[in-house]
Amino acid sequence: MKILPLSVKNLARKPGRTTALVLLTAFLALAVFGGSVITLSLRAGLRSLEARLGADIILVPSEAESKVSFRNMFLQGTTGAFYMDASVAEKALEVPGVEKAAPQTFLASLKADCCSVKIQVIGIDPSRDFTVQPWIARSLKNELGDMEVAVGCKVGAGIGETIRIYEQRCKVTACLEPTGTGLDTAVYCNMKTMDTLLAAAEAKGVSHRISSGDDSVVSAVYIKVRDGYDIGDVNTALTGKLRKVTAVRTRSMLTGVSDSLAGISRTVTAMIVVIWVLAFVILLLAYTLIVRERSREFAVLRLLGASRNMLGRMALYESAVCGLIGGIAGTGIAAVGVFSFSALIEGSLGLPYLIPGFSTILCLAAGTILLSVAVSALTSAFAAWRLSRVNPGTALRDGA
Amino acid sequence: MSLLELKNISKIYGELKALDNVSLHVDQGEWVAIMGPSGSGKSTMMNIIGCMDKPTKGEVLLDGVDISRESSKALTDIRRDKIGLIFQQFHMVNYLTAVENVMVSQYYHSMPDEKEALEALERVGLRERARHLPSQLSGGEQQRVCVARALINHPELILADEPTGNLDEANENIVLDLFARLHQEGTTLIVVTHDPEVAEAAQRTIVLEHGRIAREVINENFGK
Repeated sequence: MKILPLSVKNLARKPGRTTALVLLTAFLALAVFGGSVITLSLRAGLRSLEARLGADIILVPSEAESKVSFRNMFLQGTTGAFYMDASVAEKALEVPGVEKAAPQTFLASLKADCCSVKIQVIGIDPSRDFTVQPWIARSLKNELGDMEVAVGCKVGAGIGETIRIYEQRCKVTACLEPTGTGLDTAVYCNMKTMDTLLAAAEAKGVSHRISSGDDSVVSAVYIKVRDGYDIGDVNTALTGKLRKVTAVRTRSMLTGVSDSLAGISRTVTAMIVVIWVLAFVILLLAYTLIVRERSREFAVLRLLGASRNMLGRMALYESAVCGLIGGIAGTGIAAVGVFSFSALIEGSLGLPYLIPGFSTILCLAAGTILLSVAVSALTSAFAAWRLSRVNPGTALRDGA
Repeated sequence: MSLLELKNISKIYGELKALDNVSLHVDQGEWVAIMGPSGSGKSTMMNIIGCMDKPTKGEVLLDGVDISRESSKALTDIRRDKIGLIFQQFHMVNYLTAVENVMVSQYYHSMPDEKEALEALERVGLRERARHLPSQLSGGEQQRVCVARALINHPELILADEPTGNLDEANENIVLDLFARLHQEGTTLIVVTHDPEVAEAAQRTIVLEHGRIAREVINENFGK
């Protein structure tokens, strides 16, 4: 018989008390792990969005804001399209300070017989693109061929499969890594494929024509500002030069997201802190009451020859076991909840949401469990230490 | 040969003298009863002899060592190595079985040995109840387990505080028989009691009143 089995026997033979302590610790672990995963996912989503947007300025038709919120297209994956003359990209390059101008063309498929699924199709020009192409390159070695598409991770089509867009069959050649943004629900193709799809859409009554009547259209132009130039100045210059075009600084677009994220992050962190402070106090009270209730038992053990250290270690082991079981249970429950309902959480938050990688989750889980064990041990050790100062003879007489 | 010697000990709590200049000598293998009314200083004396408290004044020599000057840690070691304690309220660890209660005492002393613990329970007639929890044992059985726990480490001194106070007559006799056997084997016994019949079982009775030894009675019929 060693101290640990003695502790385990006590826990096993006091199931009610043990369950209550485990549940309390599990609640703590659940709050920390669940809250942390949500916060980290939001931060990762924002970082991913920043990386995917990758541009300093985005040019869109002036009508884009009124017709469909292009912010929502990026953030929440809502489908929609707006068009402007393709020459905007060339004209933008004439503005001093513009280093790169990469056009993209959008097309929303229909929830109808002609299309496999309602999605956002984005046409890119691989020769000029600097935002989406690096992302596609991670999943596809070659450039996208004609009538080939790369699909976001949430489109639900695998490599080699064919998806139908306005009766046109496009072969899936790459599945892209998740970004936690609306980009995950989009399909990417080259401009030639997009031209074919635009023509097919027009045949179905979905027009991409603009008032100029030009066939060559784009939806957005991503601008990279040359080093040494002020983005604000370039933005102003672009707005002045290009008619019926809105120049949006991506930072301002992300600021709203960032502010929302910071707000949610603060709320979640505050909740975690409040829960932990409350739980710390509750645990301290619980262990103080338990240790006090066991004062007679501790006194007997002291009289049988147990030192203060031995009793402290015994209390520590017991609470550590409770903390460990509670930590594992709470983390497990939180993991099941957070991962099973990630789509629901993402939808209700309306923000980029990218669950961190396995190693980060593993570290977070281990940290949460360690924290649960540490807090349990700390609170019980404090209570046990206070009790160990009492003379065993006195404790026995008073506790009898 | 002297095992315990109290030399002019006093224990003072503020204005109250719980023990007032008490001297006592107990030989190895002797069976001594300590009697007295409530508040006479019996428990204080038991706490001091049992290394649970220190006197305010005087010396307490246990096996030649002055325990009144020892540290708390040293007192724990002395108590563990030399003294077996038995209480009126039994004080078993309620989540451990009878045999585990005995083994706890072994654990803190040296090394748990289940076979030896079972033999100790056999001595007190409780081998069959070894796997029972305290809540499944009667008062008499619990006290017998405590006797087994007290003697498992072969202490030089068994110190019992009202050991039969919560027992019926039958169980009281069983416990006194156990004490008699321990005495025959050479164990020193100090029994604090209210009960004159329990005191009469001892060789010598010390009567305390108001913190002083009022009288000492030698049991002429002891062993007859």
